[in-house]
Amino acid sequence: MLAPQEATLQTTASPTMTTTQLPQVQEQRNDGVPLDLDWVMAAQANTSAIERRAKTLPGRRSVKKDYQAAWLCKAISLMDLTTLSGDDSEGRVRRLCAKARQPVAQPILETLGMEGLTTGAICVYHDMVPTAVDALAGSGIRVAAVSTGFPAGLSPFHLRIAEIKESVKAGAEEIDIVISRRHVLTGNWQALYDEMKEMREACGDAHVKAILATGELGTLRNVARASLVCMMAGADFIKTSTGKEPVNATLPVTLTMIRAIRDYQDRTGIKVGYKPAGGISKAKDALVYLSMIKDELGDRWLQPDLFRFGASSLLGDIERQLEHHVTGAYSASWRHAIG
Amino acid sequence: MTIKEIFDTMDYGPAPESASEALQWLSDRGGIAGHYINGKWGPLRDDFPSNNPATSEKLAGVTKGTAEEIDTAVQAARKAQPAWAKSGHKRARVLYAIARGMQKHSRLLAVMETLDNGKPIRESRDIDVPLAIRHFYHHAGFAQLMRTELPDREPLGVCGQIIPWNFPLLMLAWKIAPALAMGNTVVLKPAEYTSLSAMVFAEICTEAGVPPGVVNIVTGDGETGAALVSAEVDKIAFTGSTEVGRKIREATAGSGKALSLELGGKSPYIVFDDADMDSAVEGLVDAIWFNQGQVCCAGSRLLVQEGISERFYTKLKTRMDGLRIGDPLDKCIDVGAIVDPVQLDQISKMVSANSEGETYQTKAPKGCFYPPTLITGLSPASTLMQEEIFGPVLVATTFRTPSEAVEIANNTRYGLAASVWSENINLALDIAPKLAAGIVWVNGTNMMDAAAGFGGVRESGFGREGGWEGLSGYTKPKTTAKPLKKIDAYTTEDGHPADPLDRTAKLYIGGKQARPDGGYSKPVYSPKGKLLGHASVANRKDLRNAVEAMNGAKGWSKSTGHLRAQILYYIAENLSARTEELAKRIKDLTGKSGQDEVEHCIRTLFTFAAWADKYDGQVHGVPIRGVALAMKEPIGNMAVFCDDGWPLLGMISPMAAAMAMGNRVTLVASDPFPLMVAELYQILETSDVPAGVANILTGDHAELAPHAAGHMDIDAVWSFSGADISGVIEKASAGNLKRTWVNHGKQIEPSARDMLAAATEVKNIWIPYGE
Repeated sequence: MLAPQEATLQTTASPTMTTTQLPQVQEQRNDGVPLDLDWVMAAQANTSAIERRAKTLPGRRSVKKDYQAAWLCKAISLMDLTTLSGDDSEGRVRRLCAKARQPVAQPILETLGMEGLTTGAICVYHDMVPTAVDALAGSGIRVAAVSTGFPAGLSPFHLRIAEIKESVKAGAEEIDIVISRRHVLTGNWQALYDEMKEMREACGDAHVKAILATGELGTLRNVARASLVCMMAGADFIKTSTGKEPVNATLPVTLTMIRAIRDYQDRTGIKVGYKPAGGISKAKDALVYLSMIKDELGDRWLQPDLFRFGASSLLGDIERQLEHHVTGAYSASWRHAIG
Repeated sequence: MTIKEIFDTMDYGPAPESASEALQWLSDRGGIAGHYINGKWGPLRDDFPSNNPATSEKLAGVTKGTAEEIDTAVQAARKAQPAWAKSGHKRARVLYAIARGMQKHSRLLAVMETLDNGKPIRESRDIDVPLAIRHFYHHAGFAQLMRTELPDREPLGVCGQIIPWNFPLLMLAWKIAPALAMGNTVVLKPAEYTSLSAMVFAEICTEAGVPPGVVNIVTGDGETGAALVSAEVDKIAFTGSTEVGRKIREATAGSGKALSLELGGKSPYIVFDDADMDSAVEGLVDAIWFNQGQVCCAGSRLLVQEGISERFYTKLKTRMDGLRIGDPLDKCIDVGAIVDPVQLDQISKMVSANSEGETYQTKAPKGCFYPPTLITGLSPASTLMQEEIFGPVLVATTFRTPSEAVEIANNTRYGLAASVWSENINLALDIAPKLAAGIVWVNGTNMMDAAAGFGGVRESGFGREGGWEGLSGYTKPKTTAKPLKKIDAYTTEDGHPADPLDRTAKLYIGGKQARPDGGYSKPVYSPKGKLLGHASVANRKDLRNAVEAMNGAKGWSKSTGHLRAQILYYIAENLSARTEELAKRIKDLTGKSGQDEVEHCIRTLFTFAAWADKYDGQVHGVPIRGVALAMKEPIGNMAVFCDDGWPLLGMISPMAAAMAMGNRVTLVASDPFPLMVAELYQILETSDVPAGVANILTGDHAELAPHAAGHMDIDAVWSFSGADISGVIEKASAGNLKRTWVNHGKQIEPSARDMLAAATEVKNIWIPYGE
């Protein structure tokens, strides 16, 4: 029986610390539960209704002025700044890490009173982990590695497990695994559960984010069911996409997944994190995502231990918006340092 | 708060929409809302205030229209109507210009609406105003198509329109757009609380080139409305409470004015155990917390399948906690202000008078606000399960089986809308047609569009707004009805029988020949004064028995069109076999050859048999991924006072139309020539007509009419009678707001399509889809 165990807040952590100390493990980690197929099969997702909710949400929630600036800073703190390219090099990753440490120009942060703001994490391929760990040493910014034959997840299973272990050994604190989509598409929930469970075990103390590749799962119902199975198997986060599918994070998919998270919490007391990835490139989109999380899951999820944006170009737009907030003049991209 | 503090709390903060442009607009016009008659403003008087319910500040003074001012407006409309009716294309251009004008002033309209009504700016901006604009675009199209697509219809003339305060601009659009499209001119009275967006609209009309007198707006209160109802108009279109609707029905009874009523509701929201529960919970936000629940079609009665009810309620309460209630001009507000303290008081009283079930309420700010409320554990017998609250209050009960869900859902005097939530297509599509409602949403709620008819059954009123079906409410057949000459029964001083062998004409109730309850009969004489026989004199108890018989024949309404056609053909066949005898009997009664009448009966039966499986519904082109099925459903139990002049055809024609569409019908035969009943019921008995589907009474029309119109279990009354009963029927119909179709002393010769339309209700079933 898994009773809800709200871990006591770290009394030593002052509010200002939350911007740099990521993530504070305040919640009981999800150790999973036995696969419950009745629960999985009862999950429903009415696409039209979900789309309607997703479509009207931006019109229902609006964040202005100082609030908007604060929310955008929050989005930065929740960002897994990502580079996942075949031409990634040590230099490129160091540059990105520097940007993670100083995501917004210092004068702007000073005006906002948000000095010390950093991104939540850096997300890279395995080979870049040592570089990132080194570049981020002492920053509190975590290193996440995509793994398990990312993005397709079709390499030999033992190698996928080995890859996780290598990345953990290399210093990655978070592992973004990809699930075998075919298990979802064929309804082989047991296989999905077993795979996820083994991957979670291979992660050890590193947190595991399960990438569902929702753009390849066919239906929102499959998304809901796959979300539940991965959580039952012990995923710390569920994540939409690799960024390589034809369709990546969307609001309907997000709604489906976070409702599964809410359902999982209702029944087990455990909070699982959520990470939309791919396709979120505008500051305005980020605000909509945050309001959806706030409304559907609650404020507690607006912390880096329970929510991340997987994004590469979002930061640039947020920087422009923040400069506009500070100066009143619309900004230009070349005024902000690249990552 | 500093940015750092907000960063930690992640509050939404204020996001106000500015009211300054709208307030400036009002002050530029002297701060008074008043009449717009014949294209000109005025008179403008500050007779009573229009307040912002969110702040209780006065927004403007409102002119209370007098009966004289109403008359002036009606005269202006009368004068403008013939020219306006001439060219559909010209009307289309003007309606298009209105739509464009509204688009250009959309933010002004939205802000004005929110200031005046208290609804969240999100709703007026994203729902009310766009839907209103869409209505004008859509009906510009109907104006364009009227000549070619409705060649047999013409405008009614001047339409008096009275609209409510819950959707001031949207209801204005729903009323004005179809009326104008079909070549009518209008006098519209906005609600007492909310006249301001109509002022903006009037100005848009001027800018759009609406000819003077085509659109007239007279502001005022209930008295102004009453003056409009009694004015020289050809139609009254009313949206509002059932109570006022009933009064208008009574007031217009016998006047010959067309009437459409869109009234209250207590719409069921049914959640089956296989539904997407989170989506169903979210749907309730749009069902009952949309516009503070001040929505006639609000899903205000939650029916949840027992096994999931606790989980569902828990999810619902969590969702309620997330609703933001407050300043309607804030773009981040879900629930705004109640329209007026009077309404707030009414809601509060109804809820506090309830002692049943468990009440869950969120918090509301001080002022004219009411918190979102859920009352669970009620039963159908609870007052709050039956009475319309018209506020953000959801009442809930549980059910066990699909049939029980239908039973509870239909256990209401209302019948406006319903929602069905299930992921099982078989279940959802089985339930939707069974619900007593004009609109059913499958896995959705409060979906409305200009292309789909909106309106209810039972005490939710009659008539449809929107879609092709909505146009009939603003047109009439292009026929000139002549005054009906009363036909008196032949009398005699002779009294000897024409045929010494007595033929007893009984009543025909529930498939059996029945003697009249009263035990009285009336002699019927030939033109030459010979006694032809005796007709039973039915009284109200016979009528009651006929209604019971109709209720026993509900299966007929579920039978296939093919089966109904077969039976109608069979009646024709049996009638044909007895042509000579029937013709002779008609001649005995009327003195005129009956040959033609019998032939006409056979033709009529063939016509309606033909239509029985061909009077198809439509699939409306609504702007969703999905369909809106406009299904034609039988009305239910009908009573018809038959044409006196046609002893047989007067019964056959309405009977065939009613039966073809799946109604059960009770005919009251020709008053002067009632003896054909015996022939007809013998034919019905041999034609496989199920018991109770068609019942025949003979008797005094004037005596039976008020009982038929007053019977709560009769859904429609038609009268083609020569007796002066039209007014009586319309007046007594106010009881359960049944549909009436009466001749007002005219000889009406309806087309088959007119009869089919009168024998059916259009139910729009919205089915969004997508996986």
